[in-house]
Amino acid sequence: MTQEIRVTNYPEVLTDRASHYCPGCQHGTAHRLVAEALTDLGLVDKTILIGSIGCSVFIYNYLTLDAIESPHGRAPAVATGVKRARPDKIVFTYQGDGDLASIGMAEIMHCANRGENITTIFVNNTVYGMTGGQMAPTTLVGQKTTTCPGGRCRENEGMPIRMTEIIASLGGVAFAERVAVNNVKNIMKARKAVTKAFEYQTKGVGFSFVEVLATCPTNWRMTPLQANKRVETEMIPYFPLGNYKDVLAKEEK
Amino acid sequence: MPSRVEFREDRCKGCLLCTEVCPTGIIQQSSRFNQKGYKVTEITPDMMSQCKGCAFCAMMCPDYAINVYTTKQAKGGKK
Amino acid sequence: MSTPERIFVKGNEAISRGALAAGMKCFFGYPITPQNDIPEFLSQALPDAGGQFVQAESEVAAANMLLGAAACGIRAMTSSSSPGMSLKQEAISYMAGSEIPGVIVNVSRGGPGLGDIGPSQGDYFQSVKGGGHGDYKLLVLAPGTVQEAYDLTIKAFDLAFKYRNPVLVLADAIIGQMKEPVVPWVPENRDPEEGQAWGLQGAKGRDPRLLKSLFLDDGALAGQNLKLQAKYQAMQAEVDQEMFLTDDADLIVVAYGSIGRIAKSTVRKLRAQGKKVGLVRPITLFPFPADVLLKLAKEGKRFLTIEHNMGQMVEDVRLSIRTVADSALHCQLPGNLPTPDDFEEPILKALEG
Repeated sequence: MTQEIRVTNYPEVLTDRASHYCPGCQHGTAHRLVAEALTDLGLVDKTILIGSIGCSVFIYNYLTLDAIESPHGRAPAVATGVKRARPDKIVFTYQGDGDLASIGMAEIMHCANRGENITTIFVNNTVYGMTGGQMAPTTLVGQKTTTCPGGRCRENEGMPIRMTEIIASLGGVAFAERVAVNNVKNIMKARKAVTKAFEYQTKGVGFSFVEVLATCPTNWRMTPLQANKRVETEMIPYFPLGNYKDVLAKEEK
Repeated sequence: MPSRVEFREDRCKGCLLCTEVCPTGIIQQSSRFNQKGYKVTEITPDMMSQCKGCAFCAMMCPDYAINVYTTKQAKGGKK
Repeated sequence: MSTPERIFVKGNEAISRGALAAGMKCFFGYPITPQNDIPEFLSQALPDAGGQFVQAESEVAAANMLLGAAACGIRAMTSSSSPGMSLKQEAISYMAGSEIPGVIVNVSRGGPGLGDIGPSQGDYFQSVKGGGHGDYKLLVLAPGTVQEAYDLTIKAFDLAFKYRNPVLVLADAIIGQMKEPVVPWVPENRDPEEGQAWGLQGAKGRDPRLLKSLFLDDGALAGQNLKLQAKYQAMQAEVDQEMFLTDDADLIVVAYGSIGRIAKSTVRKLRAQGKKVGLVRPITLFPFPADVLLKLAKEGKRFLTIEHNMGQMVEDVRLSIRTVADSALHCQLPGNLPTPDDFEEPILKALEG
């Protein structure tokens, strides 16, 4: 006798509602990975979400968690305050590349360096999404945006910033990994990394960081499929995937 | 083992990311628009039998618009 | 490129074009709705004109870049919207204290906090009373049309250098985002030596110059403050306002910016019905047209202040006429877009008294 079972199980903490994200935007995927990690680790009830400013400003509508909206770039500082006030809770920030790597560069660097026991999920789509596609610190050389219409130029705008490498270099950091969600294999690796990041928070070993390479079809002026392809052909070569710091990694024998 | 996919057409944004990851290539864009104006994706009934139940489509979908079901042997059942 | 006779542009673009026409050499900006057209337009147009465009890492950084560039005696500008303006306050206070001229544009939106992305006049206090610390004032110019946005941006640069003071152009999401015809013009006879008597360029062949706002010696800060106050007194000469059908009016509506313009439509409509109403639309918010209002008050007229906030400019209206009259207040709530019809009932009610 056979029995039908459901293969897809969406965590309860992932709110069952349509999102405002554009077709093909991978914020939804990243949210799901966080929801799955928190559920797998049994942390949902003690988690506090620190939102940020960008397309994901409404993340508190999609994850059923205690949450606070922080000013642009300041989420790591707000998170520091929350974690210091409630050290037994799981505290995480969810930030885009404008929020974290531009206006928030000081806050993320110092939060990571102090080794605050919080987790940051950093979504890198090489543009400012919410405000209409301006250049971000992660915009690639030659990439056209509304504030570098001729394409990002090294002499004028500098080179794109690789955040995971920088964060990994700071003393208080326990875990730093870069992932992508452009295919199933990478999604599975991403899920593992996000889970590990939260797990390290429970162990109190320092700051954990996951950079998620993601699409922005609208502001890249591409279809979702084209945008997803760009992650593979243009972004991953400049922002290589992989683990850059893991203080609990066992030595390879 | 038969498997099947349910698309939540009210959630689908027609991004077509699922069509790229399906190993049997049975997902396609339909000609239907949902209330939001997105052209939704589908697996036609005649193709559904080819579904392997891998749920790659659901993993790839950023909008949680896909549910996948498969059948398995109930305990003590005959093959 | 020759100046076209007429263009049809958003307020944000008009401000950008006005700045270029005024000879702005540097612009520092950051994305924030509803003013993104300004950095986007200038990211192409300013380098094309031989200037420097930088998208800064934050509004804090942009304001401090402005401080630096302007300290060299050149025309520079930054723009933002309400929350970003809050970030700029420290740098603005420093510019005022150091007497560094620069133009700051606020395309204001709803507040407080993240608010919304629609228009409001909730930054009046911040702009006019000084959002940063210390006793300082900015010249504040409030356009009511897209043409005015162009004209007043040019004026902002002139006044900034005339008084060596930061100047604020206070628009809102309506002015920023709506399109109107503009006759662009380029000012003539600009002083080629502007800013060179005090600007930083390297002390070759002369004593070094220092631009600062720190005064620790006995009496030094007091002296600096007296100097600044004298300047703000001199700025009173720049006061400007539009007077519309005020001569025989029984009730004067006081409103600025986009609200002033919408209220003008309401006044026009009520006049056609025989109601004796008029409008004073302040164009400079600092200096405030206090004398004009007092004169009207002494003629026995009544007042209704209409603003897109919970009541800010009304305090200055009341202050101006306090010896003889008071002003009623109608608040268009932030978050609600105003129409001329919205003001009809409040005006009639105030007219009946």
